Amino acid sequence: MRVWRSGAALALFSSFACASDSRFTFQPAQTVIARDIADIHNWIMLIIAVIFVTVFGVMFYAIFKHRRSLGHQAKPFHENTIVEILWTLIPALILIGMAWPAAKVVLAQKDTHDATLTIKATGYQWFWGYDYLDSGFSFKSKLKTPRSQIENYNSPGEPKDEKYLLDVDEPVVVPVNTKVRILTTSNDVIHSWVIPAFGVRQDAIPGFIRDTWFKAEKEGVFRGQCSELCGRDHGYMPIVVKVVSQNEYKDWVSKRQAAAKAAADDPNKNWTKDELIARGQKVYESNCVACHKADGKGGGPFPALAGSKIATGPAEAHIHIVLTGKNAMPSWAGLTDTEIAAVISYERNSFGNHDGDFVLPKTVKAARK
Amino acid sequence: MNAATKALHPGESVGEQVHGHTHDHAHDDAHHGAQEGWRRWVYATNHKDIGTLYLWFSFAMFLVGGVMALGIRAELFQPGLQFWQPEFFNQLTTLHGVIMVFGAIMPAFTGLANWMLPLMIGAPDMAFARMNNWSFWLLPPAAALLLISLFVPGGAAAGGWTLYPPLSIQAGMGMDFAIFAIHLLGISSIMGSINIVTTILNMRAPGMTLLKMPMFAWTMLVTAYLLIAVAPVLAGAVTMLLTDRHFGTHFFKAAGGGDPILFQHIFWIFGHPEVYIMALPAFGVVSQILPTFARKPLFGYVSMVYAVCAIGILSFMVWGHHMFAVGFPATAQLFFMFMTMLIAVPTGVKVFNWIATMWQGEMTFETPMLFAIGFLCLFTIGGFSGLVLALAPVDIALHATYYVVGHFHYVLVAGALFSLFGAAYYWLPKWTGYMYSEFWGKVHFWWSMIAFNITFFPMHFLGLAGMPRRIPDYPLQFTTFNSMASVGAFLFGTAQILFLINVIRTIRGGVGPAPARPWDGGHTLEWEVASPAPHHTWETPPDEATVVAGLRLQGLEHS
Repeated sequence: MRVWRSGAALALFSSFACASDSRFTFQPAQTVIARDIADIHNWIMLIIAVIFVTVFGVMFYAIFKHRRSLGHQAKPFHENTIVEILWTLIPALILIGMAWPAAKVVLAQKDTHDATLTIKATGYQWFWGYDYLDSGFSFKSKLKTPRSQIENYNSPGEPKDEKYLLDVDEPVVVPVNTKVRILTTSNDVIHSWVIPAFGVRQDAIPGFIRDTWFKAEKEGVFRGQCSELCGRDHGYMPIVVKVVSQNEYKDWVSKRQAAAKAAADDPNKNWTKDELIARGQKVYESNCVACHKADGKGGGPFPALAGSKIATGPAEAHIHIVLTGKNAMPSWAGLTDTEIAAVISYERNSFGNHDGDFVLPKTVKAARK
Repeated sequence: MNAATKALHPGESVGEQVHGHTHDHAHDDAHHGAQEGWRRWVYATNHKDIGTLYLWFSFAMFLVGGVMALGIRAELFQPGLQFWQPEFFNQLTTLHGVIMVFGAIMPAFTGLANWMLPLMIGAPDMAFARMNNWSFWLLPPAAALLLISLFVPGGAAAGGWTLYPPLSIQAGMGMDFAIFAIHLLGISSIMGSINIVTTILNMRAPGMTLLKMPMFAWTMLVTAYLLIAVAPVLAGAVTMLLTDRHFGTHFFKAAGGGDPILFQHIFWIFGHPEVYIMALPAFGVVSQILPTFARKPLFGYVSMVYAVCAIGILSFMVWGHHMFAVGFPATAQLFFMFMTMLIAVPTGVKVFNWIATMWQGEMTFETPMLFAIGFLCLFTIGGFSGLVLALAPVDIALHATYYVVGHFHYVLVAGALFSLFGAAYYWLPKWTGYMYSEFWGKVHFWWSMIAFNITFFPMHFLGLAGMPRRIPDYPLQFTTFNSMASVGAFLFGTAQILFLINVIRTIRGGVGPAPARPWDGGHTLEWEVASPAPHHTWETPPDEATVVAGLRLQGLEHS
């Protein structure tokens, strides 16, 4: 890569006097891959600049000299086999000079082996979810910029802060100098996970897992934006990665794990009806409300729960439909026994349903078999 | 429009062909003259009338798509949301793309082909005159579907012109309107293409073998084959989308075992040849204009033909470069990178040939020539940025950013559109019988040229710095270049009003009558007929002596 780098420096120097201003070129590279990308880009820009000047030099010479207003007479030649062969072969050779270093970087980009840390990034409309697969916790990462800064329809709105559209409530945290493998997938439509400073971009595709990797060389906060059109708020789901020292990372992970444990349900707990219903409301709000609505009346293809046969009939059928799904409703077997028990208890005692009964986690566990 | 179009086609009585032997029997039959009033257009079977319809339709669509572009640029003038809700912004970007590609550029080239191909190859009309009528009249309903879709519940399609599922499966009924519009446009394109292929292969003047046709005929021939090959592919893709949306299939739904990426493969197997469907006719137009104003034969005619064919064939093998970010294995990434870079070779040959055509010429710089040279400069820049994007690792940094937006506008606006303007000025004297205002033509060129670069050049910087495309709002560091691009866009839009005025004034008499051969360097057959071209031309084919004389001057006949 040395040759390309020195060519790169030259290209930077000659073609972009303003290259140091990050508004004109790539963000400062934080990984080997990002640096390789910048180097290839500079190398190819150098070649392009030379070709451009040569070819257009010839053309503009003709435009200024070979014109009727100067009395120039047309020379009606119209073929020259040797010239034509040369200007087919020479560009082909130049292309090989471009493709060779690029091919090496393609292979490096695709080499996700031997990662120390694996994080799954899931695209949602319109935020990202992260699962730290090695450490067993996960969180959602949502835009922090308030709507009052974004919406300027009637007034200039609140002043936009420096990190406008680039700040999230919970950034991804990774240790410095560690190979991190990012698995991408999506919950709904295609999104794309991007950190320009790392030279990383990978579409997140529903139903499929793709991967990419990076090894950040410096501590700091690095930002990107979803780059595959994913609907209304496509412009409002940034990606923020915070690179910290190894020790800081360990502390952060243990804090996260402790918090996850505290939030998890104790499988041996003895639930009362009211506790279950209160817990069930939370489960309902984060999983069911999009289709069955907050008032349980449903809408469109999604049936009402209020007064429905399932929610007022025998509990066994209710458990069955939640575990297996029906028509547009997916299976919710991915929820824990406690969550399913809670949400069913909630549904049977809300929206005007007064079954009076409730379902215990062990009943759900039994129904799973 | 009525007065204008009447002037555009004064019919038999006014026109008198230069070579009497091409027009040696009287035309008193009623069916030979143009019909009066609306019937002339609705029942049109004359290639010139249909060409005129195509050209006006595409210009109208160009204005509609242009207004949408201005809506996009107005919102992006500043960060924050000032005018549109994000979902309406997405509808604007989607419709702008669909309308400009399918409504403006493609019909404009089909219109040119309709008007000029029979004149240039010495044919009396297109091969299938009634099918020609049908292929035009499918366009207005398709355009209407797209425009009506703005007002249906949920609004127009908002998934980008690429219509990627699952987003487009989620969308409201506007997407169905877009799907049916694409079906109609596809049928229209296929019929138009069959007409072009048949006309070129069967109706050439005596002495005009395939390798002696004007380059414009060659590029339209290859374009038509590309369209026949890929328009059904697009129709298939959107039909699968339709059945996924409404009939419970799972082609693109992972939940049912489908694959969302399958759509992207199918779409781009159509989509990449589509790029050349819009670029090749532009190459053809430029290959007609440059020799005329350099007063020299086109350099390397045969290698130009081979280059066009090579580009056509390679265009089927590079679709993956639109998908470098989906997560291909390394081998696919490398294959598509190498194939894409290979296209630079025939494209380079074309650029070198054009410059060699200008070299040692006797050039004058009327408006068509200016647009051809503008095309050459800016299309080459678009080609260079294409080469940058072809490098898969660099594409990972630039994919779906404004760099791509800048790139394809250099290719499609400065490429296809500039060549269309060049073609319009080049052939306006033949179409209307009058000369356009050279002064206002030149103002139009320079204004467009400058405004175009103010609009699109900064987008390269935005993309390098990481600004994603298709966002209604952006982080603050992108403000300067976005404001600049917005100002440029409004300037560019204004310039097109000059063009419209110039054309209308030309139809109404311009700066005076045009001779049959307004450009002394033009040696193709269309300059052998009177200006304006009579309603019927080449009813008896041009005799071989006329054809051969022209071919000699084009450097295509040596004996």
